[in-house]
Amino acid sequence: MSNPVIKCESVYKIFGENAKKMLQDSNGNVDAKTFQKNGCIVGVNNASFEVSKGEMLVVMGLSGSGKSTLLRCISRLTDATGGKIFIEGQDLLQLNNKELIELRRNKMGMVFQSFALLPHKTVVENIAFPLQIKGIKTEDSISKAMDMVKLVGLDGRENYFPRELSGGQQQRVGIARSLAVEPDIWFLDEPFSALDPLIRKEMQDEFLRLQDKLQKTIMFITHDFDEALKLADRIAIMKDGIIEQLDTPANIVLNPATEYVRKFTEEVPREKVLLIEDVMDPSTTENIGNLRVLRDEIIENVAEKILTQEKTVAVIDNNNKIVGSINPTKIINTVFGGRKNNN
Amino acid sequence: MEFIKKYPKLFQWLFLLIVFFALCFAIDVPETYKFIRGQAEFVKDPNQSSYIFLGKEVRYYAFDVFWRLPPLLGWLPIWINDSLFFIMNEWMPMEFWNEDTQEFKTRPLVLQISRGLTAFMTFLIELIREILLGGLETIVAFTSWDWIDKNPWAELPGLPWTIVAAGAAILSYKLSGKGLALFAGLTMVYISLFGQWKPSMQTLSFILVAAPLSFVFGLGLGIAAFKSKRVEKALYPILLVMQTMPQYAVLVPALVLFGVGDHAAVIITMVVAVPPMILLTLLGLRAIPPEVIEAGRMSGCNNWQLMFKVLIPTARRDILIGVNQVIMVCFSMAVISAFIGAKGLGFNLLLALNQLNIGLALEAGLCISLIAILLDKMSLAWANKQTDYFGNLTFFQRNKNILFFCATIVIGIVLAYIGTFLFKGSFNYLFEVPHNKGISTADFWNKGVDWIFDTFFIYIKAFNTWLIQEVLQPMRALYLRMPAVATLVLVVGAGYLIGGIRSALVVCALTLFIALSPWWDRALVTTYMATFGVVISCIIGFTVGTLCFQNKNSAKFMLGICDIFQTFPSFVYLIPVMMLFGITDTSVLIAVIVYATIPATRYTIEGLRSVPSGLHDAATMSGVNKFQRLTKIEFPLAFPHMMLGLNQTIVFALFMVIIGAFIGTEDLGQYILKALSDKNGAGIGLTLGICVAFIGLIFDNLIRTWVDKRKKHLGIA
Repeated sequence: MSNPVIKCESVYKIFGENAKKMLQDSNGNVDAKTFQKNGCIVGVNNASFEVSKGEMLVVMGLSGSGKSTLLRCISRLTDATGGKIFIEGQDLLQLNNKELIELRRNKMGMVFQSFALLPHKTVVENIAFPLQIKGIKTEDSISKAMDMVKLVGLDGRENYFPRELSGGQQQRVGIARSLAVEPDIWFLDEPFSALDPLIRKEMQDEFLRLQDKLQKTIMFITHDFDEALKLADRIAIMKDGIIEQLDTPANIVLNPATEYVRKFTEEVPREKVLLIEDVMDPSTTENIGNLRVLRDEIIENVAEKILTQEKTVAVIDNNNKIVGSINPTKIINTVFGGRKNNN
Repeated sequence: MEFIKKYPKLFQWLFLLIVFFALCFAIDVPETYKFIRGQAEFVKDPNQSSYIFLGKEVRYYAFDVFWRLPPLLGWLPIWINDSLFFIMNEWMPMEFWNEDTQEFKTRPLVLQISRGLTAFMTFLIELIREILLGGLETIVAFTSWDWIDKNPWAELPGLPWTIVAAGAAILSYKLSGKGLALFAGLTMVYISLFGQWKPSMQTLSFILVAAPLSFVFGLGLGIAAFKSKRVEKALYPILLVMQTMPQYAVLVPALVLFGVGDHAAVIITMVVAVPPMILLTLLGLRAIPPEVIEAGRMSGCNNWQLMFKVLIPTARRDILIGVNQVIMVCFSMAVISAFIGAKGLGFNLLLALNQLNIGLALEAGLCISLIAILLDKMSLAWANKQTDYFGNLTFFQRNKNILFFCATIVIGIVLAYIGTFLFKGSFNYLFEVPHNKGISTADFWNKGVDWIFDTFFIYIKAFNTWLIQEVLQPMRALYLRMPAVATLVLVVGAGYLIGGIRSALVVCALTLFIALSPWWDRALVTTYMATFGVVISCIIGFTVGTLCFQNKNSAKFMLGICDIFQTFPSFVYLIPVMMLFGITDTSVLIAVIVYATIPATRYTIEGLRSVPSGLHDAATMSGVNKFQRLTKIEFPLAFPHMMLGLNQTIVFALFMVIIGAFIGTEDLGQYILKALSDKNGAGIGLTLGICVAFIGLIFDNLIRTWVDKRKKHLGIA
């Protein structure tokens, strides 16, 4: 974490006429209600976090929680009202228009919920668009765009117009377009929310495959908690502009920081989210059976095997070294127990 | 009391009406009052009073202030006029180099600019005209008369009509397909064979200059308004007034600024055609999803790239609809501009109408209508055309239309050449059919008109007399009997009840402007004619619309008819009514009714259609019959949209009433017509135009406010 790609220091975004002045007066203590009385709406309230290289941060929140606004502050589609944002150590808010355009042309890519394709350009022209904007020659940009078409699996449809494609296919074009300039930072604003559930799952798997290959630094916005759990390295949960909790999926499920976060985690099937290492006992005990399970297995996949054992099961890492143990009761407790503590 | 509490609005309206009628009865007609015919206002009369404002003397008949407000704005037209003259002829004299006399000359700045602009426009029009029709002025512009005398071959020969006709067909084919291509070809052949080629091409060249210029200015201003709220706010009132301003009221100041002829007409056409282009550009740019703009930004577009590579292509359809509007406005202005000496079809039409040669007028009118339909369909086809992928096509496939056109040029020239042998000594019909030397059906129509008059004269006259004596005269008298104060109370009260204090103030200001101008009586006559037209139009339009809506095909058919009729320049409507009813108020009113029925019908059908199909199903499942569904579901929901139709109907009716002045009415339009031939008419014409625009805007404000509220109430805003 020594050199974060994206770094936010108490970022505020407040809509309204006197937003800047009111923020200064409030001394960093922003209360949404008082601001609303004065005609200002708080979009993002004191957001601080870092995203390191190759990491995927998923920002999750319901509509109106400020997650899209936060993303737009970091891509500077809107200017943050207060705070500091650093992209690879560069102070984003100090960039002039030209430098900003330069940054977007080379470092950033963004995918939109409603695809936002240009209706008058074909698939390949849409993908080549950011390259042509950069001033790359038509043939070079088209051949580069064709590579992207293949990457997202749209070969054969490169000369279609967006209106002739299904939603899933359109979003593939959107993804390809955002990747065409080979950006280091990849913003995705609810990219799969407008798709049918089956297509959505397919696209999520596809997205994980791509990320495995490309290893971009990603900020991914979603309102779907399951999607966040499935994709994220770390999740930031937002409510009313405030980041309620920022942690790994496992920690959020196991130790929700606030009542609000807990409501999301209640219904989550833990065996599908948690890994063995999240629940294992790191101090190795004596009474160990013959079964070995990998530490980064999802519980669901090995639960049946473990539950048939009478003895405690050893947990190993990739080098076959025993790093802990887990006994069947622990699995049962994790899956069925302790969910609604307060009942 | 229960009742009042249940319907508070109804009670308020009743109260307003009671106050209005009480005022009407309480205020007597002053003995000195009479409806002034002709221009008596400008002659010294012992009954007249006068006041001096800004150094101008304004004379008027003094009545009781409650009866007619004194014309406190009477100085405005005189002042506008004097200012215009001052700016034109005296303001900022400067030294300018004169090419012809080879010396410096002192001239006021605006006059110089106006002359320069005029010369430029004349050059453009002449250039296109000579490409289409042949001539030598353009060549002279680059060389000199002496050079032409020495080189007589250099005269532009003009395109043979066969090439233009084929070109129109090929372009239509590219834009739409076989149907439109056939229509375009037939229209062109018709124009040529009937000897209307020259005026048609003159009109076309007018449009070819005015439309692109209007497009460029409209797009530019539209973009500026999109980018800056301040520009939008500054443009908004102008756009609003221009929408309801009768087109030929703007002709009058054009006369003063730019003189008589095509060039003045082109410049003033731009003034009329630019506002719809601005509006549609703005609409199109506004409708772009914000994410598309963000996508453009994230792709690293600078402002320029964002505008021309992302925004404008995305808003392509709306912008092209704007082009369609521009072309149609230019066309109708090309016809009306005949009043200030623009050549072309409109001029011929005006001439024929003045001579009461209905047959000739009908032919010119038919030409105008056909060209209007053609231009409308072509530009709409362009707007609706989707871009196709053409990367894999061969050279021939990609350029086949251009190749075809090149081929037709060759064939056309060959044909024209053959024609010189075929028609030796007479006109070369394969090159150009001269004006009025083609086939003419004018005699036939004139005989037809005579026959109609001979056969039906008694009935038509009886109907005419009955309508005028029993309906129109009493209605007019009633309108004129309204005291100004009562009218003001009624209008402002309505404004308050519908839109609160804001609406009341706007409406009050608009009404006061008219009441304080010297033409309140005329405005009342205009309103009476418009009201008559609107009432009948709405009855017909709503009925026809509702009936047609019952069947999908008939609804589509009716909308198609509305489309076609709407493209005709309003002037054309006067031909058939003059043919049947001669020169009377009845003719004007019937033209008004025909013209204003179009929007009434259209909006009724559209409104009924816009009722969501889910509601239809829900109603059907609740067991309603067809009639119940219409009255309980469809009408209440479609009503706001139908009211917008009423708004359009009023604007259309006002336009037609004003144009009707050509036949001879006693309203504001008559004065505009008079102002056209008055050397001091610019101020009067402009003020009158604004008065008409304000009548339209009063209703526009009331209806729109009501519709917005109602839509919000119904949740369909």
